[in-house]
Amino acid sequence: MQDKPGPTELLAAVAHFLRDELLPTLTAHHAFQLRVSCNALDLVARQLAQEPAANAAEVARLTKLLGHGGELGALNAELASAVADGKMTLETPGLKDHLWATTLAKLSVDQPQYGSYKRECARETK
Amino acid sequence: MGGGKSCEVARANSPARFPGPLPLPLPSGGAECAASARQPFRQMSETGEPRESFSFADRALAVVRRFAPDAERLEKVVRLSGGASQETWSLVAIRNGSPERMILRRMPAGVPVVEKIGLETEAALMRAAEAAGVPSPHVHYVVQPDDGFGRGFFMSHVEGEALGRKIVRDEQFAAIRPKLARQAGETLARIHAIDVASLPQLPLVKPAQEITTMFANYRAWSEPRPVFELAFRWLSERMPPENAALKLVHGDFRNGNMMISPNGITAVLDWELAHIGDPMRDLGWICTAAWRYSVIDKPVGGFGEREDLMAGYEAAGGGRVDPNVLRFWETLGSLRWGVMCIGMGFRAKQSDRPVEMSMIARRTSENEIDLMRLLAPRGD
Repeated sequence: MQDKPGPTELLAAVAHFLRDELLPTLTAHHAFQLRVSCNALDLVARQLAQEPAANAAEVARLTKLLGHGGELGALNAELASAVADGKMTLETPGLKDHLWATTLAKLSVDQPQYGSYKRECARETK
Repeated sequence: MGGGKSCEVARANSPARFPGPLPLPLPSGGAECAASARQPFRQMSETGEPRESFSFADRALAVVRRFAPDAERLEKVVRLSGGASQETWSLVAIRNGSPERMILRRMPAGVPVVEKIGLETEAALMRAAEAAGVPSPHVHYVVQPDDGFGRGFFMSHVEGEALGRKIVRDEQFAAIRPKLARQAGETLARIHAIDVASLPQLPLVKPAQEITTMFANYRAWSEPRPVFELAFRWLSERMPPENAALKLVHGDFRNGNMMISPNGITAVLDWELAHIGDPMRDLGWICTAAWRYSVIDKPVGGFGEREDLMAGYEAAGGGRVDPNVLRFWETLGSLRWGVMCIGMGFRAKQSDRPVEMSMIARRTSENEIDLMRLLAPRGD
């Protein structure tokens, strides 16, 4: 077991230093690159927090859709192949729901401020 | 995986290639990238010509005098964008005591050429566009080999805003926004009416060929993506006829590549992806969700309605637009931008901006949600 503070706290501390102390001292070019870097740290923090549960849920959905279990990457590749071949379509029970759930889980980590994502989230909480 | 066999787009045998240097500015969150591309951040060249900005003004003045013999001096010579191979400069020529702002697009001599259509061809297209009534900067002069100034052209500076996120949100554009979609349609009709025979030779890009290349790139660069597979299959089942009339296609006509003033479109910019192809591609691209800067209920560039775009296009002689064809190209647009995002990640390690490129790669999922909204919308 590793000591505290953990990865999330350390990332937050680094992001805070970069944004609030370093950023104001930089030229426009470096300020832009630093803002992008801070956004990357935020993304990593979200992924650390969300990935384990999201991956477990994705494996569970894929296991049901494909009728067998396995490792996430292999299951996802199998699904992609079935969609490409036309063996699975949007009419296949469960496929549309799975694609939506998987896509929303990605956006929740990648770009939670994206307009389309916020709209679809609002739909879920209605 | 064996998915390619039944999918038409996978059958054609095209090697995966890097896309050319990717068109910037970038959409929505990345709109700040656009700011960095257009705002001055350094006056020194990155091209290995030391102290270039120091002597650069003198060399530029000599070329400016080729078309403006009365130019006394240059002021405010500032490099606007930081690409390694192509430069954009802003400068003010003092002519008879009065200032005239100009823009220089330039590729220095000795830089390895990443050939797209080339700056000379871009200049020729802008001149043809201006003659056809398309809002355009005026091209003053195309740099000649014996100028000893690399390659490039000088053009007039046009007032307006190019940053998409400002155009969709700023109060100063509130009154003009509802009119921009129609203007965009009219502008595209004029571009597509330009006689191809009058232009320098341009690449020919047919839809099936473009999709084949996109598919090969996606398969080469990415983990399998069921949403992209769904979209490729959807597109392959709806291919437009191969014998569609071939026109001059701008290739990157979208919010972010036009100058907009409170009076409307003042200039169409960034012709570097121009080609001969299906004109509906341009109408679909400006409707692609990525260029709405999160104003998702205004499908045309985050400022307007598809109906106005189509009406403007028809009124200006572009012909009737089939909404289903528009939807095909809009869908292809999200998939295209998605594959380009993947490409950014693939090239990030070799880039001089690895963090920025990696973060653009993590925007691939934005295109997945937009494809899902198009192909598998959820009920309200």
